[in-house]
Formats: sequence, structure tokens, C-alpha cells
Amino acid sequence: MTTIAADISQASYIGQPISRVDGVAKVTGTARYAGEYTAPGLLHGLVISSPVAKGRILSIQSEEARAVNGIIKIYSHENVKDLPWFDLSYKDMNLLPGSPFRPFYSNEIQFSQQPVALVIAESLELARYAATLVRIEYETAPFETDLENNLENAFTPKRGKTGYKKPKNRGNAKKQFTKADVKIEAEYMHGAEHHNPMELFSSTVVYGKDGSLTVYDKTQGVLNSQSYIARVFDIKHKKVRVLSPFVGGAFGSGLRPQYQLFMACLAALDLQLPVRVVLTRQQMFSFGHRPATWQKLKLAASNDGRLEAIEHTAISETSRFENYTENIVNWSGRLYSCDHVKLDYRLVPLDVNSPLDMRAPGAATGVLALECAMDELAYKLNIDPLVLRLKNYTEKDPESGKPFSSKNLMDCYKQGAEHFGWEKRIYSPRSMKQGKQLVGWGMSSGMWDAMMVPARAQAKITADGKLVVTSATSDIGTGTYTIMTQIAAETLGLPLEDVSFELGDSKFVFAPFEGGSATAASVGTAVLFACKKIREKLLSLAKKLEQSPLANVQDEEIVFVNGRICHQDDIECSLSIREVMDRTGTKYIQEKNSDLRAMFKQLGYARNTHSAIFVEVKIDEDLGLISVTRVVAAIAAGNILNPKTASSQIMGGVMWGISMALHEDSFMDHQYGRFINHDYAEYHIPVHADTPDIEVIFVQEKDTVVNPLGIKGVGEIGIIGTAAAVANAIYHATGKRIRDFPITPDKLL
Amino acid sequence: MKDIMNKEVDDRKEDAIVTEKQLLPVQLNVNGKQYILHLEPWTSLLDALREHLGLTGTKKGCDHGQCGACTILIDGKRINSCLTFAVMYQGVPITTIEGLAQGDKLHPLQQAFIKHDAFQCGYCTPGQICSAQGMLNEGHAYSRDDIHELMSGNLCRCAAYNNIVKAIEEVIETGQTPDAV
Repeated sequence: MTTIAADISQASYIGQPISRVDGVAKVTGTARYAGEYTAPGLLHGLVISSPVAKGRILSIQSEEARAVNGIIKIYSHENVKDLPWFDLSYKDMNLLPGSPFRPFYSNEIQFSQQPVALVIAESLELARYAATLVRIEYETAPFETDLENNLENAFTPKRGKTGYKKPKNRGNAKKQFTKADVKIEAEYMHGAEHHNPMELFSSTVVYGKDGSLTVYDKTQGVLNSQSYIARVFDIKHKKVRVLSPFVGGAFGSGLRPQYQLFMACLAALDLQLPVRVVLTRQQMFSFGHRPATWQKLKLAASNDGRLEAIEHTAISETSRFENYTENIVNWSGRLYSCDHVKLDYRLVPLDVNSPLDMRAPGAATGVLALECAMDELAYKLNIDPLVLRLKNYTEKDPESGKPFSSKNLMDCYKQGAEHFGWEKRIYSPRSMKQGKQLVGWGMSSGMWDAMMVPARAQAKITADGKLVVTSATSDIGTGTYTIMTQIAAETLGLPLEDVSFELGDSKFVFAPFEGGSATAASVGTAVLFACKKIREKLLSLAKKLEQSPLANVQDEEIVFVNGRICHQDDIECSLSIREVMDRTGTKYIQEKNSDLRAMFKQLGYARNTHSAIFVEVKIDEDLGLISVTRVVAAIAAGNILNPKTASSQIMGGVMWGISMALHEDSFMDHQYGRFINHDYAEYHIPVHADTPDIEVIFVQEKDTVVNPLGIKGVGEIGIIGTAAAVANAIYHATGKRIRDFPITPDKLL
Repeated sequence: MKDIMNKEVDDRKEDAIVTEKQLLPVQLNVNGKQYILHLEPWTSLLDALREHLGLTGTKKGCDHGQCGACTILIDGKRINSCLTFAVMYQGVPITTIEGLAQGDKLHPLQQAFIKHDAFQCGYCTPGQICSAQGMLNEGHAYSRDDIHELMSGNLCRCAAYNNIVKAIEEVIETGQTPDAV
């Protein structure tokens, strides 16, 4: 008996800190990213970007560039014809209301750095050189890029993109606010931010003899890219294969097909040759970004700290051609118990490219303002900021009235505070000095959705006992390869090395793009069900074998361990999977998941992840230099499949929150309508030296509703609330409320 | 892709792209192997490795010396390969991420990176590892703070920084620092 128990625990992979299965490929440089595939005679494309924000192209002189030996062709609106005019042809799975940007469609310039021409050459160096010889004349038109100057032009969007939820009001916040004991009112502002994954956006397109395209694309969803290419270039889906086995970070920037994909396909189809187009770091500031957003929070409470009214207004930028929407204010109606909530979300169209989902879109923005306001309210009430949260804790979703499928935010507060040492905090600002350093402790709550979206997986076990599971999902550094391998191996009791999970190929079964922290739950459940079907088939084959030792064993007493099908209490009573396959003459068993029952059960529940973030800052009083020195992030995110990779996700998210609070700012020069700090030297993201000690705690949270494995997802929750906790710590250190983000030293002086 | 690892490479001789005068013969010694290339004089060392030798383990993240993804070792010293020209390194020993492991045996930094989950998307990883080896060769990293400071030229947008530092610390602490490469 002990032997079996030991074997079972050995074969238990879910919840174990397994090292990434793609680790060796990544540390040896053999993991290949989109711009690293090649083909004989590969041509290189370089994109020319508009220096003006609005207007039209008057002329393009490219004779000199075309005369360079080795220049193949130069594309622009002048010679690219027959592009579809219908908006639907350009829509992607994000489904923004409006008219998507169409490269080379006309001479109209809609935003600064809009791609206006493509130089195709035999080498990258030549393309780069020839691009400098192309002369483009523009006629400029008046433009507007300043959100704060245009708040009065805001409108309420009637509908939004995929995932948009119209904010819901309840009670009468306005009335309640006028008669409340204690109230605060504050405005918050942050500028645009750009995703800036390390990998440059790249597409390598190989033209096949039959007119088919093999496309290596930097994307969060191969099927999204495939469908876009098929519609824009009017090719059959089956003639376009998109692959993306490794993605060098994305954070939302790969949720829409970016224009290098269009460019590379355009040239490859026209020239019938292989083409690669790689954008420059500067050009990656030309596409979607986290929108600049102005917010106003009004909170009212009773003298004992119970929230009586919440009013949250957010006004975000969008482009002139699409309505990009986020769920910014919604969280203010869901995080705390409060009967009177008024939410207002509006958009201002500006002459910029459409914003784009960036890690925790909406929540990173809205929770920042809400949680700063909660801190302001705590100080107005003269109570501890954590106590204020506890007083307004809610066990059910205050917006829908539904119970949470699980919510262990309480343990996040408790364990987070304990590990951080919150009880030693001295309440008054500027009271925890260390020499010339002002020390500040701040905290925040966080909340994100635990989403399940339809996804499929296919599993195939062969006679040698090896299992291959496939799905058209993605691994953008999140650990998809590893956690799916763990789920599959555990379900069929196979050693990890006998299981491989493949992704990032449009020929695999359907999975949506990787976004919103939904992949682990959605694809993970699909993998579980596909493998369970194989398990059933194997068991049925095993029982039917002549003189099968398992013939009379109840299904509930069967375990799959170490490649064997066993009676749970008797290791002798077992058959190896290979033997079963061999003796029944089964070459392989292949199954897909089809069970979506889990999705219906969920409808009666609110499904969310929660967090409590505690931050210490130290600030040089004379120079205003801010260091985050310590962070404790306590996370309630259901069942954690792999604490090693999940901790990395949270640490990354926390650093993004610190970055939002202190570093990141795409600086728009309104004179030119252009982001002027468009490179890694000027656009600050944290470096090694900015990194504090970060402790990640996953509190216990059993959830039988979200999906059979209780997975909730961890990609976004780490960033949410972190920026507020930093800002609140800065207030505690200095006594200064900075409501304009990022909080740079000049704002403290 | 053709196998270019084990033989001399002369990609450009036949399909001359610019006039013959503009292509310079360049002999590169990469990971202990000799290659002869014909390159434009303005070809960066990074592009020579990635585009001409197919050694795509060295990454391009900015092409401006701002991110460190292209870090390689020249005679044991770490440099940004995007900021320098290939023609300047004739015959000088160059080590890239592809040259760190001994056959199937991973370099101690590579092993430690996997163990400590010192990466997520993996794109900055080759540069982080080469930079870490270069830092160890320099011999100035005595504390965790030193490592944080001395590795700050290598950006990681996934922000795996703390795990990178743990991995490097482990290599230092266990004394498995390999000889300078």
C-alpha cells in the first residue's frame, strides 16, 4: 500500500514547483522567436513611419531608393491596390467598435508614426539605407492629442469591445454623499503607457509554391492572425498557417494583429517570395497603448468608517476611428460593501492610434484611483487603512448580489499584514524616518476576473506510452507549456518526460488569444477533459483484456500512476499503458475535449481573484528619490498549478505596478502629437537596481465552481493595486498626496 | 536552414547584393569555430551573428544599446553586440549563448536560471546569462546589491530580476563559477 501512495504522490504534478519544460530551450538560445525563422532568399522589410500626427501624404518620391542595387520594391498607398474596403475584413477578435486602421489604404494620416511605406530589400542594411532615400511630402492638418484639455468633449460609449461591461449604478450616491459624515474627493491622472515587450514585433512569411503562406508571427493568438490575413488578403484559411511557438513577451500588445504582419504578408504575396518585417523599438510606440486616463473619486463614509457612497468617474482617450473601452470604474462597485454607487465612464477621441489592452486593462487604472482614494478616506477618518478595508469587506458581489465562487481576500489581508509586519506601522505620515530617509508603508486591495472562455485541446497517446497534447493557445512567458504538461501528466499518471504540450500553431484545435488571465483555466480544463477521455478509453481497453487483473475493479478504485493502470490499494493488480495498447493492437488513442458543462454552473456566481499588497518605500528627503524596498503580495487566485511559475507572474505584475507608480510614462509632445520618449533609454521601466524584495503569498482558496481544477489565473492580479500601495506608501513617508502618475522625484520637491 | 555551424560560411560570394567593393571579408571566431563572411562594413556584430551565422540566440531588443538583450562575450568581456561592427572583431574569441553549454551539459548559470525560474518569456535570457558571466569575470560582485547594480544594463520586461539575482548568487555561492569564457 505504501508503495502505491508514494508512487501517487510522485506522479502528482499539479501544485508542484516544476521548472519550466521550455527552460532548456530558453537558456541555450535555441527557442526561436518570430523574427528568427528564415528561408532561402529571405527578403527584409523596413517600415517608414509618418512624422506628422494628422494630414495627408501629398507625394512619395522613391526613385533614388529604388535605384539602389538590391532594393526589390517599395510599397505605399500609391501602388497597393485592391485592399478590401469593408471594416469587417480588418476586424480582429478584440472587436473594437469603429473602423480598424488599414495600412496603405489611402493617403490619410490618422496618427503620428503611422506606417506609410515599406521598403523591401535583399538585406536589412540595404532596406534601412534605402528608407532614408525615400522623400515623402505631407500636408498637415490641425490635431488634438491632449486628454486633459478635452475632457469636456467626452462621450459615453454605447457599446464596447470584447469583454466590455457597462458600469452599473445602484442606490442614490449623490444624495448620500451630501448628507454623509465624512467625505473625500480627489482627481487622479496618468498618461499613456506602452507594453514594450523585449522582443521586437516581427513576422516572417514564407510563400509556398501553391500560394500558401507559412507565417511566424509575434502574437498572443495564432488564430487571430490567421483569420485577419485570410480576410484582408482574401485567401482561404487553410492556405494560411500561423505559428508562434515562442513569444518574447506581449502583455496585451499581441492581442491585435500588428502592422508588420500585414506588411510581411503583403510583400510575400505580391513578390511570391519569403519576407520578414521587423519593427524598430521606436515603431513599437506607434501602436496601441494603455490609454491616458483622468479619474475622479468621491467617497463618503460614516464616522465609524462604513462606506456610504462611492462615485467614480473615468475619462479615457481613444482614437478617432475606434472606441477602445476598458472596465475601469466597474471595480469601484464590486470591491467593497456599499449601497450607493455611481459610476461614469467616458471617452475622448483624439488623433492617436487606438489604445490596446495592456496588463490588467481597466483594473490597473481604476483600482489605482479607488485604492488611493480609500487611503485618503482612511486618513480623513483617522483610522488605519487596512482597518478601513476590513470594515467594508463584502462576502457577496455587491453589484450582482451573487455569491463569489470563492473569495479569500480576508486571508490575503491577514497573512499579508502579518508577513509585512503591518502592526508595527506608525499611523502618522513622516513618522518612520531612518536617518535622512523617510520611510513609508502603504497598502492596497486588488481584484480581477476569474474568466473561462471556450477553448479546446487534443490529446494523443501512442503505443509507446507517449502523450502529445495540442491546442492553438500561446505561451507569452506565462508558463502555458509547463502547466499544461503538468495537468496532462497527472491526469494520465505519466512521467513528465513522456508528455509534451504543443501550442502556437493555427492547425491545432481552437483556443482564443492568451489574455485576461483566462488561459490556465480555459485551456487547462480542456486539457484535463481531453486526457480524461483517453483515460476512460484506456481503462475500458484494460478491463476487456483476457484475464485482466483489473476486470472486476471498480472505476473509482483505479489510479493511473507511472505509466500504469492500477488498483489504488494493490500495485500487483495493474497493467502498464503500453501493455494495454500493445495487447489490444491500439496504435494510438486521440481525443478532444467537448465538455463545457463547467461554464454553465458558473453563471450563478461572481468569479474573481483578489489580492492585498503591502509596500515599503524609502525616500531621500533632500532629493525626492524614491526606492521601493519591500513588497508583500498576498494573492487569492484559487488553485495554484505551479507555485514557481505563478510566483514569477505575480512578481512580474508587482514590478509593473511599481513601474506604473514611479517610472512609466509615454510622454506626448502636444506640439507634434507624438510620443517623444519612444525608446528604452527615455521610456523608463524598472531595471535590476529598482527591484525590491518581493514576497509572494498564495492563500488557500478552494473553488469548485470556476472549473474542475479550481484554476483562476494569475497574469493580471499582481499589478492591480500595487501602484496604489506605492502611492499610499509615499504619502505615509512624506505626507504628500501625489495624484499625477508616475510619481517622479520632481513632484515630491 | 542549412547547417552552418560546422563549416566555413560564405553566404554572399555568389549572390552579391551590393558591389563587390563594398563587401569585406571578415573572419569571425565564434564559440571556438572559425567563419569567413563577406559583410557590408556597417553590418553590426549582432546582425552578423543573427542574420549571417544563424546564431539567433543573441537577441535584438532595441538595436541601440539600451536593453542588453544582445550581450555577448568578447574575450570574456561583456558587450552590446548591436553597438559595434562585425569587421572590428576579426579573429577575436567571441562567445554567444550557444557556446556556453558543454554539449548536453548546461553551464552552471543556465542550470541555475532554470532552477530559479529566472525568466518568463525568455527573450532577454541569453543576454542576462552572458552578462552574468561577464560580470563574474569582472570579479566585482560581492553582494546581492552589487549584482542588482552591475546587472542593470540588462532589461527584463517580465521583471524576473529577483530570480535572476538568486540564480547568479547560487552560482557564486556554490563556487561553480566556471573559468572565464
